Amino acid sequence: MELKLEQVGKQVGASTHLYPLDLTLVPRAVTVLLGATQAGKTSLMRLMAGLDKPTQGRVLADGTDVTGVPVRERNVAMVYQQFINYPSMSVASNIASPLRLRGGLDRAAIARRVREIASRLHIDHFLERLPSELSGGQQQRVALARALAKAAPLMLLDEPLVNLDYKLREELRDELSTLFATGDATVVYATTEPTEALLLGGHTAVLDAGELLQYGPTAEVFRRPKSIRVARAFSDPPMNLVEGRSASLGVTLSSGLQLHVPLPEAGAQALTGQLTIGVRAGALRVRERPGDVALPGTVELAEISGSDTYVHAATAVGELVAQLTGVHRFELGSPITLYLDPAQAYVFNPTGDLLVAPKDKA
Amino acid sequence: MSRIDLDLAHTYKPNPKSDEDWALLPLRMVFEDGGAYALLGPSGCGKTTMLNIVSGLITPSHGTVRFDDADVTHATPQQRNIAQVFQFPVIYDTMTVSENLAFPLLNRGVAPERIRARVGVIAEMLELSGQLNQRAAGLSADQKQKISLGRGLVREDVSAVLFDEPLTVIDPHLKWQLRRKLKQIHHELKLTLIYVTHDQVEALTFADQVVVMTRGKAVQVGSASQLFERPEHMFVGHFIGSPGMNFLPAALTPGRAPAGAATLGVRPEHVVLATQGAPGALQGTVVQAQDIGTYWLVHAKVGEHVVRARVSGEYAVPEAGETVWLGVMGPHTCFYASNEELVAALTEEPA
Repeated sequence: MELKLEQVGKQVGASTHLYPLDLTLVPRAVTVLLGATQAGKTSLMRLMAGLDKPTQGRVLADGTDVTGVPVRERNVAMVYQQFINYPSMSVASNIASPLRLRGGLDRAAIARRVREIASRLHIDHFLERLPSELSGGQQQRVALARALAKAAPLMLLDEPLVNLDYKLREELRDELSTLFATGDATVVYATTEPTEALLLGGHTAVLDAGELLQYGPTAEVFRRPKSIRVARAFSDPPMNLVEGRSASLGVTLSSGLQLHVPLPEAGAQALTGQLTIGVRAGALRVRERPGDVALPGTVELAEISGSDTYVHAATAVGELVAQLTGVHRFELGSPITLYLDPAQAYVFNPTGDLLVAPKDKA
Repeated sequence: MSRIDLDLAHTYKPNPKSDEDWALLPLRMVFEDGGAYALLGPSGCGKTTMLNIVSGLITPSHGTVRFDDADVTHATPQQRNIAQVFQFPVIYDTMTVSENLAFPLLNRGVAPERIRARVGVIAEMLELSGQLNQRAAGLSADQKQKISLGRGLVREDVSAVLFDEPLTVIDPHLKWQLRRKLKQIHHELKLTLIYVTHDQVEALTFADQVVVMTRGKAVQVGSASQLFERPEHMFVGHFIGSPGMNFLPAALTPGRAPAGAATLGVRPEHVVLATQGAPGALQGTVVQAQDIGTYWLVHAKVGEHVVRARVSGEYAVPEAGETVWLGVMGPHTCFYASNEELVAALTEEPA
């Protein structure tokens, strides 16, 4: 289904939950809504579903105006953060419920379909159990199976994995991306986690404080965030931001350090003010390569994620975070030098808009 | 402060039969005086049971708990002199921050000037000095949890300080700051700290020694790098890292697997894209290549097994459908027996 929002906004009393926005979802693909809590992800999703009515603008489904058409009269499947199932019904009946409601299938066909979906989500061994007899991860699988059984052209998932342990989250996210890729539904998936957006791929809409900041193919939005706000929302660990000024050969950082970053010729006047240099944690290294700029400092903490080590260091240009692959040990307070290839730097203008992004290697 | 020795097992059932009936299978564990430990595992692994046995909230059904060689198996938390910090702030709302921090010392009859000095030190470490005279009631959730942490750390004479998922209520953006604080505090105070969590980042960042637990069993005790580089049990390889270790039948690498090896384990970070027919490389078909921004995660099928490789975007990344050769034999490759335990690891680069 092609879902199109035209100047859709939501006002509740004096507060604006969503500023008017235009958004056309790519049919039969995944769109991630990325933003911190309170960014407007759930508000937007509720408007898409028809759970809420926008205070302005139009919602079009395959060209038909469905603004204000309630969710019951639309064919939408939803999955929430909380594991929502019918508590008194078995797992099989839970999954079968949308099939029964739709009608047109006999008992044997329903049973067959239930078994098929359950096996895809690895819950076919629990079909006769009640949801309360299952673990959290399994309960959420039941909710996902019910949503899939509905075979709705639009599927909305609001942080469906947030209440699960990280290992379960990993497993289920992998399975979901496969299901989305092979299914026919247009999928909208809300998350606060940049890495989850990258793992899901597809397109990403970045939201912040009720505003749609940027929409595009996920990797492209990540590589070319059009503003500091987008860069902040779409980076984990946070993008390192350092103040600087334009200089003859690029930029001068607050510490006096020179970075040879080619600034655009046009609009040089706009470059007289203060610039912000952005460096992703993954672009900082502890081993020097030719052409690198050295940033000496002291270790404040080494956070270890199991696959990566995030070193927080105090340097002359402020606190920096470097992401190193693998597990590395650093003593608190020990000296460290971080290295940066200037070609990996982002430059934002005085109003926070992107001027320079690192070039793709490909 | 004490060295803590566990030699015990615990079941909540009257007549345990199978392994599943035990919350903790028979184990021996030593927490050295002044060490920073984490108990890490999924829900139901037994980590909280172990913590409660150390604190004295639970008496083990079998075996003993010793503090510095004294048997304390039946001693209460007070008798054991244990301080605890829980998931949610435990503080007195009507008291000031300073009174809250002083309370555990006041209870023990510590002299007023000593109390003042100690509260000052702890408040300074936790960056609460500016709020000492404020009432706790008006503070944010993470400020309150800081007071809880301070109350746990304020006594110098405790045997150990136990933390049960203490950062659950903390805003994600503030978590790393508190992790840093805890780490610094451990350096300065040299208290024995035991920290329970299901979050690998918290465990690996905080602790010098991490106890990885699953199904009532401590499967490995080690530093973050040991758990990453030499998982002694397949569960550790799987649980540590995102994504975790790849596992393949050892039979896929004929002549290279050591005796008794059933499974080969290699982390996505250590799988390399090799040239066609490279010795020891396995042929696979790419099913998916995910662009994670700063690197790529390539999923390839080798027979019916999926191998994930983390590759840098600096080189050409293979696309879905392409044939690739995966180098899985390297200095970090591990082999596991059919009981999932490590039998050997390759120690040198293959020829």
